[in-house]
Amino acid sequence: MYKKILVLRFPAEVVEQPIVYQLVKEFDLSFNILKATILPGKEGLMVMELAGHPTQFNKGLAFLRELGVEVKTISQEIRKNEEKCIHCGFCTAVCPTNALYVDRETMEVKFDPERCTGCELCMPACIVRAMEAHFHKELVEAS
Amino acid sequence: MGFKVKKTIDEINEKIKRGEAVVVTAEEMVKIVKENGPEEAAAAVDVVTTGTFAPMCSSGAFINFGHSTPAIKAYRVWLNGVPAYAGIAAVDIYIGVTEPCEEDPLNKVYPGEFRYGGGHVIQDLVAGKTVHLKATSYGTHCYPRKYLEKEVTLKDLPYALLCNPRNAYQNYNCAINLSDKTIYTYMGILRPRAQNANYATSGELSPLFKDPYLRTIGVGTRIFLGGGVGYVAWAGTQCNFKVPRTEKGVPLSPAATLMVYGDLKQMSAEWLVGVSILGYGCSLSVGIGVPIPILNEEVASFAGLSDEELFTQVVDYAHDYPNGIKRSYGTVSYAELKSGTIKVLDKEIPTVPLSSVVKARKIAEILKSWIKEKKFLLTEPQAPFPGTELYPFR
Repeated sequence: MYKKILVLRFPAEVVEQPIVYQLVKEFDLSFNILKATILPGKEGLMVMELAGHPTQFNKGLAFLRELGVEVKTISQEIRKNEEKCIHCGFCTAVCPTNALYVDRETMEVKFDPERCTGCELCMPACIVRAMEAHFHKELVEAS
Repeated sequence: MGFKVKKTIDEINEKIKRGEAVVVTAEEMVKIVKENGPEEAAAAVDVVTTGTFAPMCSSGAFINFGHSTPAIKAYRVWLNGVPAYAGIAAVDIYIGVTEPCEEDPLNKVYPGEFRYGGGHVIQDLVAGKTVHLKATSYGTHCYPRKYLEKEVTLKDLPYALLCNPRNAYQNYNCAINLSDKTIYTYMGILRPRAQNANYATSGELSPLFKDPYLRTIGVGTRIFLGGGVGYVAWAGTQCNFKVPRTEKGVPLSPAATLMVYGDLKQMSAEWLVGVSILGYGCSLSVGIGVPIPILNEEVASFAGLSDEELFTQVVDYAHDYPNGIKRSYGTVSYAELKSGTIKVLDKEIPTVPLSSVVKARKIAEILKSWIKEKKFLLTEPQAPFPGTELYPFR
């Protein structure tokens, strides 16, 4: 099983097509949408975890590219700025994977990057803006 | 009153000056009272230090920005683009922490981010940063100038007083959302169908929980405020003593509040932090610590109250709260809230703290060290708040 978190950018022309459905039907891939939004210019942005057989996975990506969908593997890393964090807990309300959680012993807010899917929900939820997305050139792959 | 242990604030201060006072934090006091009972605890302990650190929206600062030549009677004033209230004397203003930046899109793109506001201005000032001041006016004989722009720093300002009309709420609601859509509130983000329960008090560390009738706290009580020394001015807005209480006398819902003030120039950016609450607005997280003088066993017993003995109400913020409907979906203890889940409506709901226990603990420790190092003496309150009475101090 091959699994990756992808950032997909859909051009405005294809936003209304059931593309993710095709990934399931044609390439036998499973998906978990972590974030999906239509931007003001009508282009779509989706953060998705995609999993399946490596061959099928790559065929799926080729299919996406053919449609004009820009595909990037997650190219940023979410970090918690410990200088800024005040250990309030606001962020733990929205973190879908409990990557952000309260250590019950110390009542500190902890961040486990292993569990982070990069959905970015914590970034505006943090009242002191301590959650930061860092761009990693070395992680940007052509896939 | 027939107490077995009787101390006065003067006596406690004498002990502090001699370096003999026994000072413990509220969490330490919980253990001491549990193990030895209130009477022994009262005999052994002189001062209990408390702490809380959370967004406190009713906060702001009075600033005098000094006269320029020619002089101006400021009519409208902005600090880093955030409007300040100028309807007082010529160069006096009040900057409130929930005031957003003039050009803020507010909630037009929902939920709004409210990145910069009055609270951030105050944090920038105490951090020593330069703040841009703009003032306009209509011109008078005595104050002919109509426009002023200048860079100011806290050091250069002739006067800056943090003055918060309502802080340190004694107890606060635990918020849930019973609708089927996520809502964005001052109690944080509430996911639909009660998927999270947000609460905002530091529980057994919280100042006013430890003196539930405010019988040692009143006008003039010296406190830890924003990293410096401040004072209690008066009862805070919405201060209310007529609330349902536990058998021991602890409020079961929001009750007393404090109005506090202190010289901004000796405060720190670690304890006055500008915050942006998604979809709601901006504010300021304020650090406050109140010392409780252990005058007798009753004070000791209150100061020793534990999270298991402190309760609040679970309130729906989707429908009930905005419509003024007073309904509780359950009474939960702070011990349950701090455990990570509460059981309400027959379901386990994960809890989300909004008040930093880490910071509250640190405040209680700092205040304890100030007192131990003889840098901080207790004050005798000069008057009680309306609706309560103080212990006789002599």
